[in-house]
Amino acid sequence: MASLRRTLAVARKELHQLGRDRLSIGLVAGVPALQLVLFGFAINMDVRNVPTAVLDRSQSALSRRILGELAATQTFRLERSVQDEREAIRLLETSEVGAVVVIPADFDRHFYRGRGAQISIMADASDPTVAAAVGLAGQGFGRDLAARMQPFVTGASSAARGLVPLDRPTFGPRSELVVPEPIGVEVLPFYNPERRTAVFVVPGLVGVILTMTMMLMTALAIVRERERGTFEFLIATPVRRTEVMLGKILPYIGVGFVQVALVLALGVLLFAVPIRGSLVDLAIGTTPFLAAMLAMGLVVSAVSRSQFQAMQLSFFFFLPSMLLSGFMFPFDAMPELAQRIGSVLPLTHYLRIVRGIVLKGAPLASLGDEIAATSAFFAAALFVAATTFRKRL
Amino acid sequence: MTAGGPLVIEANALTRRFGSVTAVDSVDLEVRRGEIFGCLGPNGSGKSTLMRMLLGLLRPSSGTARVLGHAIPRDAERLRSDVGYMTQRFSLYEDLTVRENLEFAASIFGLFGRARRERVAATVAEHGLGRYERMRAAALSGGWKQRLALAAATIHAPPLLVLDEPTAGVDPQSRREFWEELFELAAGGTTVFVSTHYMDEAVRCHRLCMLRDGRRVAVGAPRALTEALAARVVEISGAAADRAIAALRGSPLVASTTQLGDTVHVLLREGAPSAAAAGEALEVFLAAAGLPGAQARPSPANLEDVFVALLLGDRLEAAGRPGPMPAPGVAAGPA
Repeated sequence: MASLRRTLAVARKELHQLGRDRLSIGLVAGVPALQLVLFGFAINMDVRNVPTAVLDRSQSALSRRILGELAATQTFRLERSVQDEREAIRLLETSEVGAVVVIPADFDRHFYRGRGAQISIMADASDPTVAAAVGLAGQGFGRDLAARMQPFVTGASSAARGLVPLDRPTFGPRSELVVPEPIGVEVLPFYNPERRTAVFVVPGLVGVILTMTMMLMTALAIVRERERGTFEFLIATPVRRTEVMLGKILPYIGVGFVQVALVLALGVLLFAVPIRGSLVDLAIGTTPFLAAMLAMGLVVSAVSRSQFQAMQLSFFFFLPSMLLSGFMFPFDAMPELAQRIGSVLPLTHYLRIVRGIVLKGAPLASLGDEIAATSAFFAAALFVAATTFRKRL
Repeated sequence: MTAGGPLVIEANALTRRFGSVTAVDSVDLEVRRGEIFGCLGPNGSGKSTLMRMLLGLLRPSSGTARVLGHAIPRDAERLRSDVGYMTQRFSLYEDLTVRENLEFAASIFGLFGRARRERVAATVAEHGLGRYERMRAAALSGGWKQRLALAAATIHAPPLLVLDEPTAGVDPQSRREFWEELFELAAGGTTVFVSTHYMDEAVRCHRLCMLRDGRRVAVGAPRALTEALAARVVEISGAAADRAIAALRGSPLVASTTQLGDTVHVLLREGAPSAAAAGEALEVFLAAAGLPGAQARPSPANLEDVFVALLLGDRLEAAGRPGPMPAPGVAAGPA
């Protein structure tokens, strides 16, 4: 029969122990606070400011005006222009833009004729949330624009061309008032045309799982030695700090690759996730990120006194990674500050690599920036770990 | 053999504070090559902290040291290949087997390939670990864990061994064998710096120092230390020990008493008459206290007596050297 007194005695002891652990107390308060702030920042159901490129083949005053109206919708943030479709596709592959607006060369002609004017929006549909928003915005835009652009009269005379208010009938060669059709906006979804969430989530999950497990493994690897007392034996031997750190990272790189393979294999088997790019590219692109997470774990272990602390600290880094990297919520929909913080996290860059290769078949060379970012993080983390890890009790 | 060898360990006013607690207080030390030097003291006297400082695992708060010619803590890393360290708590890998532990130790100390295999096999044989080779270290009993730890500490045949209470919790037979091995190593030129709180082990050292509350209170050969207390110890038999002890509390001659079986081991106060005369006086005293059958006989002092005497603030007189020695540390005999 359970005794209340003994139960309370155990509870009291737990509280005493928790109270001694300053770092854990800090995290007990800090983690929920952080979570709330990040969620508040990052959760954004309305997609805005999708970085957009423009392929303007018509280059007229009209096309510029159309683009201006498009920018005013706030869904699209027009950032750059491209000269051809190849460039457009490259930008989509590397996730530098989420959409490309294509205005055909004969757009003006169709528009003034009041019939058949159409623009296309090539959309990165790998993220179903963003794809849906872009699609809606596109259609809405088309209707809106037509309502605002007043009807006009078609005519051969150039003087008669122009926009005339509806309530002023005028006579032209054909004496017809023509109400133009809405401008057609055709949204072309690239990658994941069926908009299956699983397709989008699985590659991202690779990155998230690696973040969690890799960091924890090395974080625990050193702290465990301290807790068990074997650290004292180790530091009394001729082994060097870098040897210890690299030696502890190496086996887990293999483990990390096994995990990547497992997640992707299951994704393919269970959810029919297509793998468009090269697996070799993926392996190469994953290595700096893996190493970065392992090195990050070493940093955590340098400041943790117990396995408990190491786990909590890892979680403390893991949380912003999940929320601000673009895994859960579209990266571009987040406010500026959140994006800046997110850009410092290696997962943010790795997501672009893994999604780029798996979902879009992007070549490794085009993802050079992202690979450089993850490599830089690895170097920085290793440096910090090397300077903080001391062969001393 | 012991005297006159080059200095292997040299410490000057080594101190270490942890917050407001001074764990090691201005300790001087000299250990020569080939000797077994003991560090004796109760729990919490600073032995482990002292060892960790000498090995560069802890920074001293003040003071300097040289070990094997290297300045500590600045060049502590240079020591690593030349020292074998055994920690107080078992610090090898419990989830690895005996053999895996030894192989890891050998690799870390620079042995590879065939040299390593041979050395590991030899070490296993030397320490009698053959039966346990494939057993996980966690499954070993305390004594066998210590043997494994010593095996790992000697696998690279270092010139200096630093052993922190190596026989804690080990049965007497194993302890004897352990010390036999230490003597063999010392005879081969290895210097052994060992800490213990067992008096019977301390007696086996060539020289030893005594620590109390972080301060060095005595240093010298065990015999010299006990001879400094010659004629200060009396053994009382023939009376109920507990009653005798109670009665002796009232005697001005008595500094402390300990019960050994049915006899009472008495340390006489500093300045008391020599053991023979004091013994007679005590017999009279006890008879008056209702214990007429008590018999007192002079007895040689042991290290525990030395320790207690120092505790009580005695300043030991070295045999043949009259007069008090300067505090805080006492050097008795060739130091």
